[in-house]
Amino acid sequence: MNFDLTDEQRAIQSLARDFAQHEVKPRAEHMDREEAFPYDLVSKMAELGFMGLPFPEKYGGAGADTVSYALTVMEIARADASTAITMAAHVSLGATPFYLFGTEEQKQKYLVPLAQGKMLWGFGLTEPNAGSDAGNCSTKAVKQNGNWVINGTKAFITNSGTDLTGGTTITAVTGTRPDGRPEISNIIVPQAAPGFTRSKKYKKMGWRASDTRELSFVDATVPEDSLLGPQGEGYKQFLTILDGGRISVAALSVGLAMGAYDEALQYAKDRVAFGKPISKFQAIQFKLVDMLCEIEHAKLMILKAAWEKDHGRDYVQTASLAKLYAAEVSRRVVNEAVQIHGGYGFMDEYPVSRMYRDQKINEIGEGTNEVQRLVIARLMGL
Amino acid sequence: MKIVVTVKLVPDPNAEKRIDPATKRLVRTGVETVLNPYDEYALEAALQLKERIGGDTTVTVFAMAPESLKETLRKALAMGADDAVLLSDAGLEGSDVWGTSYAMAHALKKVGFDLLIVGGLSDDGSTGATPGALAEYLQTPLVTNARKADVADGKLQIERETDTGYQIVKAPLPTVMTTALTFGEPRYASLKGIMGAKKKTIAAMALADLGLDQSVGAAGAKTELLSFAPPPVRGKGNVVEAADGATGAKAIFDFLKEKKLV
Ligand SMILES: Cc1cc2nc3c(=O)[nH]c(=O)nc-3n(C[C@H](O)[C@H](O)[C@H](O)COP(=O)(O)OP(=O)(O)OC[C@H]3O[C@@H](n4cnc5c(N)ncnc54)[C@H](O)[C@@H]3O)c2cc1C
Ligand SMILES: Cc1cc2nc3c(=O)[nH]c(=O)nc-3n(C[C@H](O)[C@H](O)[C@H](O)COP(=O)(O)OP(=O)(O)OC[C@H]3O[C@@H](n4cnc5c(N)ncnc54)[C@H](O)[C@@H]3O)c2cc1C
Repeated sequence: MNFDLTDEQRAIQSLARDFAQHEVKPRAEHMDREEAFPYDLVSKMAELGFMGLPFPEKYGGAGADTVSYALTVMEIARADASTAITMAAHVSLGATPFYLFGTEEQKQKYLVPLAQGKMLWGFGLTEPNAGSDAGNCSTKAVKQNGNWVINGTKAFITNSGTDLTGGTTITAVTGTRPDGRPEISNIIVPQAAPGFTRSKKYKKMGWRASDTRELSFVDATVPEDSLLGPQGEGYKQFLTILDGGRISVAALSVGLAMGAYDEALQYAKDRVAFGKPISKFQAIQFKLVDMLCEIEHAKLMILKAAWEKDHGRDYVQTASLAKLYAAEVSRRVVNEAVQIHGGYGFMDEYPVSRMYRDQKINEIGEGTNEVQRLVIARLMGL
Repeated sequence: MKIVVTVKLVPDPNAEKRIDPATKRLVRTGVETVLNPYDEYALEAALQLKERIGGDTTVTVFAMAPESLKETLRKALAMGADDAVLLSDAGLEGSDVWGTSYAMAHALKKVGFDLLIVGGLSDDGSTGATPGALAEYLQTPLVTNARKADVADGKLQIERETDTGYQIVKAPLPTVMTTALTFGEPRYASLKGIMGAKKKTIAAMALADLGLDQSVGAAGAKTELLSFAPPPVRGKGNVVEAADGATGAKAIFDFLKEKKLV
């Protein structure tokens, strides 16, 4: 067994940390308040290679491994969750489907500019009436005159409406399977497709600088060759996409917890009460120790899942455990970080108040805690 | 054109440091080693020049440091340097400024350069004496504190930062130049750079390659560190407490005025 990061992984981690602490962190408060999508940070992340981090160089990526990807997401989330989800959703949900299931032509057309960060892409699975139950999709696509004609609505889709967004890959019912259940396929829908519109950005409690919208398809039309992967494979495909995505959302959760811990540790050393820094009180020390302990624990689980993925092992259960645990750790850590800040933690100008709001989605997005438990129970054969 | 940048490998400036009273040396265990911050500016200058001049211009980084710190140089390669040379030898341990510069100069002569860019100051030793000593041993001009540089017709022209503005200075190549911190923020190493750095070479040099006439290392040191002391602890400073911002600002202003600072 070996817990050392490789030189390359360490270099990437340190690059991500430098970038996040110097370029992202100072901006986080403003971005949150103004709901300002970080266009310039996206373009810097593109220049550094983050937007295509795990994809091979021949597709415009940096060719780094999953461990490096997880470490990068952690460092960015430590500075700002909105920037982190923008990058992580782009890589794991926007670009990965093309890498996993695209034809060579689709890879050249979409994956290359996505990996270079010149274009963003969304992944539209959730619908107003189908979230956890995403297989119960009611968006329909029908083949007509060499086109797919799509009708339906998608809800809560990240990166779907920025000025850089090229389109969204959606799940839609394209027929009926032999067993009578709906057949689901993934369809590539560019922004310019007639009949495809995006709502305004949702007003959100957290991740306020990230771009989340409702998508509407009214006889939206795309050419017949817009399927991603074979017809009818959509359900299997999105499960595979979500499996890999769990590592990055877990990293996002623990990164947020690390950021809150950093703030709490510093604050505890600076804040004086009853004549001494509050870090000298055992009650505060115990909180900080427990926070660190849980962060370390979650990090190990995430890195193990990433390592398993990099080594071609079955990582699905570890990744689900890591996603679930990291999400809950982020709640406990952020909560205690605010507690350590006392009344100041409730104030807008203290980063922990933003982190507190940014945290909740970790337990909902890409599989709620409950759904995560269901997935794991199923993997356990229960 | 061949540009060489000297890069000292120093303990992380942000880490808490301790000097071992017995050896009078910095305790390096547990402290990460990084590129000397001034030298990152020197490297940035070299990379900018390379981009501007183009052609077959190359950037080589050079360090004198223990072999165990070799991988730290990858960051310079990831930022965009083409290759690196590391001078390591047990016999170099304990070198003072003279010994360091003497050995480095001989090594740099072997490496060869048209332009040698040296950071102005190391974060740990902080003598600032190395650049001058190198130019002396290498018998080249020395232009210091450059905030801008360009090469044309075999000559280096720089804008030299001074307290009152800047001077324009020209020198024939080969020459030694030091950079000012106003040259431009060092770039990040991109992921592409990091991945590519694996494939770049870090050549090794040892004392035996240099053929020095004089001994370096602790034995050859001409200076001796007698004692050291930590900087005095800073006082608490004045804390202004005020009911509102305007009163507070007024109190601070009055204080600065009294000290004749405004
Ligand atoms: C900011 C944001 C960004 C998002 N980005 C994307 C995106 O880019 N693409 C995308 O497709 N989706 C996205 N989503 C959607 C997200 O994945 C869903 O919100 C999530 O999967 C939960 O679905 P739901 O909201 O419909 O909740 P529901 O499924 O309605 O769940 C409601 C509650 O019931 C519980 N529950 C549901 N089923 C069960 C069960 N069988 N057993 C026990 N409990 C159950 C849930 O855990 C939850 O507590 C995003 C959401 C948000 C808020
Ligand atoms: C009396 C004395 C005794 C010392 N004894 C020891 C000792 O026992 N052990 C020990 O480790 N150190 C020792 N040092 C420190 C060491 O000799 C100096 O660090 C070294 O001479 C360089 O000087 P500087 O750090 O002041 O560099 P400066 O002159 O401040 O540096 C200017 C520039 O020179 C270049 N440069 C300097 N050193 C190197 C290098 N090694 N590789 C590449 N580029 C470089 C860098 O570009 C740097 O920006 C001693 C120093 C003194 C003064």
